[in-house]
Amino acid sequence: MSRRLGGEAKREPSLILETCVHTLFHTALLFSVFLLFAGHNAPGGGFVGGLVAGAAFVLRYVEGGSGEVQDAAPVPGTVLMGVGLTVAVATGAAALLGGGDFLSSGKLELDVPLLGTVKTTSALAFDIGVYLVVLGLVVVILTTLGAEPDHPIGAEEAP
Amino acid sequence: MLFVLALHAVLAVVAPAAGRRLGRRVFWLCAVAPAVTVVWVLTRASGVIDGRPAEETVEWVPGLGLGFDLRMDGFSLLMVALISGVGVLVFAYSRWYFSDRPGLGRFAGTLTAFAGAMLGVVLSDNLLVLYVFWELTSVTSYLLIGFEDDKGTARAAALQALLVTAAGGLAMLGGFVLVGQAAGTYSLSAILADPPSGTVVSAGLMLVLLGAFTKSAQVPFHSWLPGAMAAPTPVSAYLHSATMVKAGVYLIARLAPAFAATVAFWRPAVITVGLATMLVGGYRALRQHDLKLLLAYGTVSQLGLMVVLVGAGRPDLTFAGAALILAHSLFKAALFLVVGVIDHQAHTRDLRVLTGLGARMPATFAVAAVAAASMAGLPPLLGFISKEAIYEAMLHSRSGVGDLAAVLGVVLGSALTFAYGARFLWGAFAVKSGLSPGDAVGPDVPAPAWPFMAPAALLAALTVAFGLLPALASGVVEAAGSSLDQTIADLHLVLWHGVTPALGLSVLTLAIGAGLFIGRSAVERVQDRVPVAPSAFGAYQSSVAALNRIAARTTGIVQNGSLPTYIGVVLVTVLLLPGVALLGVDLPEGITLAESPLQAAVVGLVIAAAAGAALARRRFAAVLFLGGVGYGVAVLFIIQGAPDLALTQILVETLALVIFVLVLRHLPERFEREPWRLRQGIRVAVSAGMGLFVAAFVLVAAGSRTEEPISDEFLARALPEGGGRNVVNVILTDFRGLDTMGEITVLTVAALGIASMVAAGRRRGDT
Repeated sequence: MSRRLGGEAKREPSLILETCVHTLFHTALLFSVFLLFAGHNAPGGGFVGGLVAGAAFVLRYVEGGSGEVQDAAPVPGTVLMGVGLTVAVATGAAALLGGGDFLSSGKLELDVPLLGTVKTTSALAFDIGVYLVVLGLVVVILTTLGAEPDHPIGAEEAP
Repeated sequence: MLFVLALHAVLAVVAPAAGRRLGRRVFWLCAVAPAVTVVWVLTRASGVIDGRPAEETVEWVPGLGLGFDLRMDGFSLLMVALISGVGVLVFAYSRWYFSDRPGLGRFAGTLTAFAGAMLGVVLSDNLLVLYVFWELTSVTSYLLIGFEDDKGTARAAALQALLVTAAGGLAMLGGFVLVGQAAGTYSLSAILADPPSGTVVSAGLMLVLLGAFTKSAQVPFHSWLPGAMAAPTPVSAYLHSATMVKAGVYLIARLAPAFAATVAFWRPAVITVGLATMLVGGYRALRQHDLKLLLAYGTVSQLGLMVVLVGAGRPDLTFAGAALILAHSLFKAALFLVVGVIDHQAHTRDLRVLTGLGARMPATFAVAAVAAASMAGLPPLLGFISKEAIYEAMLHSRSGVGDLAAVLGVVLGSALTFAYGARFLWGAFAVKSGLSPGDAVGPDVPAPAWPFMAPAALLAALTVAFGLLPALASGVVEAAGSSLDQTIADLHLVLWHGVTPALGLSVLTLAIGAGLFIGRSAVERVQDRVPVAPSAFGAYQSSVAALNRIAARTTGIVQNGSLPTYIGVVLVTVLLLPGVALLGVDLPEGITLAESPLQAAVVGLVIAAAAGAALARRRFAAVLFLGGVGYGVAVLFIIQGAPDLALTQILVETLALVIFVLVLRHLPERFEREPWRLRQGIRVAVSAGMGLFVAAFVLVAAGSRTEEPISDEFLARALPEGGGRNVVNVILTDFRGLDTMGEITVLTVAALGIASMVAAGRRRGDT
């Protein structure tokens, strides 16, 4: 069989790479949250935000493989997806409680100290769910498909 | 009525957690639900008996005419009283039957859920709601039979019960839809008040009967019921004798008065199947050595009789059927509870080794004797009264040879009932000679605690009380009968009819039955010599095996594991169906190839990258070229002024590239070199055809707009209704929110699939 791509499991992490990735990681995450919240009025949204956050985790993967991703993710990817789906469904169901149809959106205006009046819609909560699902998908892929052959994959998925 | 169902649901959910803390006492907690139901039903009883059904309705899906309609008339009242009354006793009994063990909370919760579902079956006035509850009883029955899930037999029996009853349930759902569509309503009372007719309705009713037959363990579907005896005895007493197996009888009883006379096959089908079940069950019961199996076959037999009675659709038979439902629940539940007591005390149910228990536990013996005597139809017990009512009705309605055969069949079946009832008493309690002391179980069996015996004793006491004072039960049974069939008039439960032909039949029954019991060794010898007819259990096993074989073969053909084949099938289908239709369509005129030099340049790059991907020899190079195509398209989006789309495209492309690389690690570096052969030729042809098709399709589709584009509407409504200026995002999260919901669900399922497939591959070590 011929040489396999990217198969080197153990290597010395490069200091430059490590530093850059750690700097970029949080910046990218912050940017993804910005995209998530800006999405309703400007380019962005939950899907795009989730992808950017996923890209941040890809950087961690490049730095240290799936182990690094597991360290970086607060909870397993499947949990992220489950929470995201629950948030989205709950948002839709909340509309039912309010007497509307499933998933119909409501608007909310809040006076927040320092920020002034903040307008938002229930679609934002739905978008947060989308964000979590997309991010969770990337994390799941990086920790399963991306696991090194000798790395015990699925260890973090165990119930 | 809703609060009763809700109470069951809540306790069913709470019980597993409470069970960890309460242990066996969780049964007291769960008994609250049926106990409250009993109290509630008593408060409503007088009104319902006077002919004022209780009704409640909650809108569910008004557009489908699907309402959560609950209705309690006389027959429902009888069923609710049985379900909850026996339910309380079974819960109390369970507290003594079980020793402390893990899982009791789950068990109690499932039993409570079953009780609620069963109430739902008999209270639903909407066929679809009834179906939902019906299947819930199947599912809870499955869980309860398989409670001892470390035993293979229990799991197999649970699966068999589920497969048989759920398959019948599906047929029944089809039947409900046919009947409901023909009637224009799914309301049970409306359908019965104005029964539809026609071929479609007949076909629907045939399917409904199929469902009822499987649920009530009629021949040839009966073999799941004896198998279900793998369940703990409280379950057998509750589900598999007193309540759930009567769901089929309940449904037949509801439908028979409206349809028995007009639907040609109804009476022959119901009477043939019922009689066959009664005789097969009774015959098989005489062969059993396990007391519980003996009772199970006895239940099969009695269910057959009930189907004959309530299915005939004749007023007095229906009335007798209602009386039998009450009598049977009382005596059969009592007998099952007694078997549980014997099993608990003696640790065996084999009547060949039990001896002398009558002297060791006289109270148990007395209870069992009363219940068995009621089952055999001895006076002055409720069983005798119901048997008299049956004979009286059958003799009155006798009008032809077929009915004469039915009368003889019922007499023979009842004689068998007497015989296996006697065999039960003898087997459980008699002193048997000829047992070697090593085998015999009995002399040192401790008597049961009195609360353990109390539920069975109470049921037996009711059998006696209703027998001596039939007026106590007559009101409920009359209300049950007349709510099914308004033409029932002036029928009462009476202990002594005088010397009538019916009494003669009773005496004949007792004589034959006694003869069968006294000559039991001769009967057993004959039974051993008669070849066993093709067993229903064997038929079940072979049909399941055949199903698995067919499924495996179909999967082998359809899912052969070759990705090129899958994609090829999809693409060729697209080329053949919409592709051929596209051939006759003219392309629109005046196509603009490019709007700006920049656009043309980017498109050129995209085309070059696509060609590179197709020609590349290394997988990694091909993936990079593919990425080039994606980024090029993203640039096109930017040129067209769609930053959202471009942003998404770039991110997806990047992540796709990373995922490709992750997968490529497991693949050879280069594509396999194939000589220019037929297979490659086909691939090139399909790909080229697909490219041409998509190009032509886009041109034609874009040129054939007849309506205003929906996007204008989206643009206009995004801010006022969606509250956002980013139209794409408003569409995703609001206008098309349900689509997005579906998509993220698919993502989640796909991720779980990837994770488990990779884990499975890792376990096999072939990463």
